[in-house]
Amino acid sequence: MGKDDIKKLEETAKKIRRSIVETLSSAKAGHTGGSLSVTDILTVLYFKEMKIDPSRPDWEDRDRFVLSKGHASCGLYCALVERGYFAKDLLSTFDRTDGCLQGHPDMHKTPGVDMSTGSLGQGLSVGAGMAAGARLLKKSFRVFVVLGDGEVQEGQVWEAAMYAGHNKLDNLTAIIDYNKLQLASRVQDAIDLEPLADKFRAFKWNVIGADGHSIESLCKAFEKARKNKGRPSVIIADTVKGKGISFAENKVEWHVRVPKGDEIAKALDELK
Amino acid sequence: MSEMKAMRDAVGEALLDIAQKNPKVVVLDADVCTSTKTCYVRDKLPSQFLEIGIAEANMIGISAGLAAVGFIPFPVTFAVFASSRVADQVRMCAAHARLNVKIVGSYGGIPTGKAGATHSSVEDIAIMRAIPNMQIVIPADGVEVKKVIEAAAEIPGPFYISTVRCEVPTIFPVDHKFILGKGVVLQDGRDITVIGTGMMTARAKEAGEALKKKGISARVVHMPTIKPIDRELIKKCAEETKGIITIENHSVIGGLGGAVAEVACEASPCRIKRLGIPDTFVDSGEDEDMFAKFGMTADAIADAAERLLAS
Repeated sequence: MGKDDIKKLEETAKKIRRSIVETLSSAKAGHTGGSLSVTDILTVLYFKEMKIDPSRPDWEDRDRFVLSKGHASCGLYCALVERGYFAKDLLSTFDRTDGCLQGHPDMHKTPGVDMSTGSLGQGLSVGAGMAAGARLLKKSFRVFVVLGDGEVQEGQVWEAAMYAGHNKLDNLTAIIDYNKLQLASRVQDAIDLEPLADKFRAFKWNVIGADGHSIESLCKAFEKARKNKGRPSVIIADTVKGKGISFAENKVEWHVRVPKGDEIAKALDELK
Repeated sequence: MSEMKAMRDAVGEALLDIAQKNPKVVVLDADVCTSTKTCYVRDKLPSQFLEIGIAEANMIGISAGLAAVGFIPFPVTFAVFASSRVADQVRMCAAHARLNVKIVGSYGGIPTGKAGATHSSVEDIAIMRAIPNMQIVIPADGVEVKKVIEAAAEIPGPFYISTVRCEVPTIFPVDHKFILGKGVVLQDGRDITVIGTGMMTARAKEAGEALKKKGISARVVHMPTIKPIDRELIKKCAEETKGIITIENHSVIGGLGGAVAEVACEASPCRIKRLGIPDTFVDSGEDEDMFAKFGMTADAIADAAERLLAS
């Protein structure tokens, strides 16, 4: 991975962030903080790591992606647009009645969405099912699941973690968007996740740390996950909620607040 | 006397048979396979059997993931844990996602082997009925169990199939045809209609024969599909007979009785009496003692029919 490649992906991530700001401010609804914290992870997945073909969203040998933290749908839609799954002008229909870009991802409405999500805690089970299915089919496709950090408080995440660890699903990679904030408070003030890496290790997972806003760090983490055998991998990606907009970064209220008025131009200016 | 067959055996045998015929069929268990009899699949066809452990929510999610990559998963556990415990997982991952997840609720209603309130589902059908996209079937006997499982494997989309643990009389011949969304008239009549579903249909049939001996012409209908319900047949019964009795191994709220009342009320209002488990949890006890307590016997159905006609 050369410096130019990294630079290119950084530019892509910036474009996605700009689209997120434009889309959410135009829709006057959606989740800003979590879409911006997951942007670099989505960029590396869709532009480097995953074996996909935007012209064939239903290709049966493609790698699968599950956005378990479905509220970051806008981030996913903007990444799909950038990758060429559908036209950018569709983003203006985000959150509209009868639109194909729902508030939470709908696999039947949006090309490139592999699973409908929104109710937290369920995506890792679905990913484990896809990974188990790949093994039964003797296919080599891999499965990636992005979870929010607050979401990890859901008990079903640990049911799925136990299942994947027990069954040695090394074709499954979970990525935790660890931005340290949830809807109403800091994660550590709600229910602390730490020691998070130890918890996953205890569930028989290969644990990889990453800077969730460094393309290089994320690429290395995904490479480690790809080379790992005999255990599912989890990338615990340290991120910043609202990353890229100075006045939204690390602010609890930006979980579900969207840029408005002068904030829109200011945010886009910072993302030039 | 009809031949008796434990419905859970029929479930295990039917799942093994369909899995042997269709490599895309997989059976998932949450540590109850020796009770639900999916152990037949575990023992004979382990490559198509997934043990999830005691984690029903995870079982539904894994089923959805398997369905998303082309499998036809049948997650099977006790009805109470296959419905209320996983309602949100079913709602999002199976129903909203319109995936081929074919849930089999075993141990539906009263007959749970004296397990009592926590293990006796009185509301599984009511929960599933309220979820969009769900297709809900309650087979009457071992023959129909097999037909329903075969149909569920063929017809796209999520299913909830409610079955029972206990022995039930075989009322259908082996060439019985199950059609999703269609009721079956077992005995024609013009005075009153008795609509049964699941194992209660055999009792409805018995009640119909008893009424006939008393000179009452009862139409007996088996309604295996609760959703989509056979609106045309219900309307016809409401118009052509003087009232409808429903009988189900489920709460009288939200199941067959609820569905029939909703349709009849809109299409052709008539007198209706819903028989089944009243709005209560059930106790541990002998199956037949419990059925008798709640008026879920052939005699009680016939009495209810006579009372409705006399009122």
